[in-house]
Amino acid sequence: MSNSDKYKDRQNLPEHVVRELELIEKRQESLRDDMSVNTSPYGVNDWEILPGFHEPDLTPIASLKTLEDLLSQDKRREEDGFTRRIRLGKLIKPAPGKKGKIVIVPTTTEPKFYHDDSITQEEETGGSGEGEEGEVIGQQQAEPQQGEGEGQGAGEGDSASHEEGTNAFDLGKVLTEKFKLPNIKDKGKKRALNKFVYDLTDRNRRFGQLLEKKATLKKIVETNILLGNIKPGEPIDTQNFVIGPRDQIFRIMSAERDFETQAVVFFVRDYSGSMQGKPTEAIVTQHLFIYSWLMYQYQNNVLTRFIVHDTEAKEVDNFQQYYQLQVAGGTRVAPAFRLVNKIIAEENLAADYNIYVFYGTDGDDWDSDGKELTEELKKLFPDTSRVGFTVAKNAWGGANKTTVEKTIEKSGFVEKRRDEFRIDDFQAESADENRLIESIKKLVSP
Amino acid sequence: MHLLDQHAKAIMEECKVRARNAGLDFDHETLEYIVSNKDMLELSPKVMIPTLYDYWVNDVEVLKEYGKYKLYPTNPYETVINSRPAISFYNDNNPDWMNIMIFYHVIGHIDFFQNNRLFEHTWNDDFVGVALADKRLIESYRSRYGRWTDYVVEFARSIDNITGYFQTLARMNYDGHLEPSSMLNFYFNTFLPDHLKEDEFHIFKEQQRYNTLFDSNPKMAESTFFAQVKSRHPEFESAYKNAADKAPPATDLLEFLIDHSPFLKQEKNRWMKSVMTVIRNTALYFAPQMRTKIVNEGWASYWHDKLFRGDNRIIGHEVAYSALNAGVTSLSRVGLNPYAIGLRLLEYVEELADKGKMSREYQKLILADEKEAFDKKTGNGQEAIYKVREKFSDFMLINTFVNQEFVDRHNLFVTGKRPNPEKGVIEYYVKSRKAEDYKKMLIDSLYHPPVIRADVNKTTNDSLYLVHAFEGKQLIKDFIPEVLIGLNFLWGDEVKLETTEIMVNQKAETEEEMYSLQKVLYACKDKKVTKSKVEENAA
Repeated sequence: MSNSDKYKDRQNLPEHVVRELELIEKRQESLRDDMSVNTSPYGVNDWEILPGFHEPDLTPIASLKTLEDLLSQDKRREEDGFTRRIRLGKLIKPAPGKKGKIVIVPTTTEPKFYHDDSITQEEETGGSGEGEEGEVIGQQQAEPQQGEGEGQGAGEGDSASHEEGTNAFDLGKVLTEKFKLPNIKDKGKKRALNKFVYDLTDRNRRFGQLLEKKATLKKIVETNILLGNIKPGEPIDTQNFVIGPRDQIFRIMSAERDFETQAVVFFVRDYSGSMQGKPTEAIVTQHLFIYSWLMYQYQNNVLTRFIVHDTEAKEVDNFQQYYQLQVAGGTRVAPAFRLVNKIIAEENLAADYNIYVFYGTDGDDWDSDGKELTEELKKLFPDTSRVGFTVAKNAWGGANKTTVEKTIEKSGFVEKRRDEFRIDDFQAESADENRLIESIKKLVSP
Repeated sequence: MHLLDQHAKAIMEECKVRARNAGLDFDHETLEYIVSNKDMLELSPKVMIPTLYDYWVNDVEVLKEYGKYKLYPTNPYETVINSRPAISFYNDNNPDWMNIMIFYHVIGHIDFFQNNRLFEHTWNDDFVGVALADKRLIESYRSRYGRWTDYVVEFARSIDNITGYFQTLARMNYDGHLEPSSMLNFYFNTFLPDHLKEDEFHIFKEQQRYNTLFDSNPKMAESTFFAQVKSRHPEFESAYKNAADKAPPATDLLEFLIDHSPFLKQEKNRWMKSVMTVIRNTALYFAPQMRTKIVNEGWASYWHDKLFRGDNRIIGHEVAYSALNAGVTSLSRVGLNPYAIGLRLLEYVEELADKGKMSREYQKLILADEKEAFDKKTGNGQEAIYKVREKFSDFMLINTFVNQEFVDRHNLFVTGKRPNPEKGVIEYYVKSRKAEDYKKMLIDSLYHPPVIRADVNKTTNDSLYLVHAFEGKQLIKDFIPEVLIGLNFLWGDEVKLETTEIMVNQKAETEEEMYSLQKVLYACKDKKVTKSKVEENAA
């Protein structure tokens, strides 16, 4: 249809409609012609025009900081004269029978003026349904609940699943780097594993992945001395140098057999009645930290054994049980170390592993002369890299030395066995995270 | 995070039309976004405002949420924020029928945000936009002053829960000309009773004298009146001037610091005031949501149920809906469900009004049978719940309508908690079915920050004196020193806090002997905090 035809059809239309149509057509044409022309100064943006420039990322959390940043910022607070605020907490998902899951998370509270309802207000909530006043309608385990809570809870130490291991490793890394825990002094690589790593360690002439400049230059000089291009006492003209193909020395990928260090850690604790509450919490939390730190130090090659004792000692399967078990019995420390010695001897652990033993107690021991314990410890020392005692004292004990402390004092281990043995004590009631870390430093420092 | 697809948006728009026909009233525009669970985790510490200012505590929260999510993955349905246009966030895997219910619920919230008077101060701005500007401002300070910006944020946030929210609201609609001039105010409220120790009768006589002058000549009344006062009490003028210098127009502690802190007045510290203002405004924005949780959720639940059940698109999904709805709005056997309580209360109000029970006539009745049978069929139910939606907070709703009839009807009771050492368990038991106990329990569970103000008479340039108005609850002691250290920084010198602590006497035999009150004074100077007892007669 030609233009004239078009206008012919329109002659029957009212004038304003024709004008409208023409305007539309004109606009369409101009759009077709000027597709790439921008009619408004606000229509173009850097991210459309500039090469390699992208639209700004508008996600709300673009500036989210990593845990490491947060911790280093937290450290600055001390220098500025304010208290540190970030705590590392553990979240635990209980899984009865099986192994629970644990993740390490940072937590913080913002101090504000809040009302404190704990004294004046009884714990009440709503309810609905049947039941007379006074009737019990439900119950809950009174033990500190595994799980949902944050902070001081049980952990899972047996590192069965990869995820838990990774988390303990991360925590260990943080502990080592941020809290300045010492690195382990290598006692020697003990266990050969059939593991190979690939590295550019071998040399090869003529081809390879990486030219080794120094060695190559030496070869070139050697060649040119033989060719007579370098004469003693005369100036060297490098332009006359000849470079043979065999002069080039390269590094080449090759398999290396690797030796790795492994460690086995015995976590031993008193689970008698007097340990209930704060002492247990302090000891178990500290042991979890130590475990994490060793995981980092030994690049995850850490085996754990858990032993609890009252008057007898027994081995338990995992951290969960280690944390939870509680009996009302009395306390004898020696059997626990007898069991440790027995396990080391039977499984011949000393030959292949660095052995660590960490013991947590409230200091109670019915063997007041402590002879047996001293004997067992003497037997233990030659096989171990470190034995660390933690005495988490109960509030009622006052400042007096506990039986365990007296035994150790009498044995003189602290002075004589400085390489193998350390002991630390604190009030369980007031032991916060920092105190526990402080204590770990004492136990593991070289 | 991306916009809802056209299919789902069409459903939303249809829901809006039907909701409006049913009587709800809200802005035409709304925005809906699909978010991933990860987005939700990252948004929740920012109270779902994507543009809220950055702060490291939020980052810590996000990292914690990640950890939690690893253990307990959740799938949130929706969440809605009070912005202009209102923005709501959704999970992308809801079936259509579920979306209809969720949309109705969201529309209920939007209607509530935009009509409840407690939100009035949020009506004029789009908070998402305001927050973005604030975020950029704080970011620019951060690039200039580094971590000191975060300290200011931290210290301001340490008192952002005691902002004068109600004072701010009151100020909004306050008709200034009703207030007597500051000089009159001072004369009658301070000068006569405090300086001259006049008794009430004399004060009343003086007021009458003023009123007579005012009636004869309103314009000249004040000057005539004070001419006489000044001749009789030559000291009045200087006393008034002194008081005017001190008088704090501040509604809360943050504003007081911004206006009067000698440290912040220094040229190099002025920027801190803008940071503090941002923190204060942000806190004020969130304040009404904390005070309307039950009534807001009740309102949204009421409407999603009413609208969806009358919607033909429910056909075929009735059973699935019932299960979902019951999960949201059923009363818990043990515990408090704000959705359930709010919904039941609104339904109760509707019923009372429908039967004409909100009347003097009904209240006069004594016999239970007569009360039960009372029904004037006035049909005012809808009107009544719309009034609740416009004017009520959680406290007002509970305080007005929780009574024995309500408690009995829904079989409600207060659950107590007690240890049973023999079994080694914590027991939950039915503690009380009395309405007054139930009401008290509900009210105690409501958000109620302490009242802490600067005492202008005891405050000097060297020392800021704070007073906690004791309401039967002490402050959390562990936090007091930390907050004071922050305030010490913002004031630039000593900060004191007068508060009351509850002493527990473990040996006491009766409950009355067990608790005693002790006024204490915390003082913080150079980041060191000390605490001393205040003798009652001195205070």
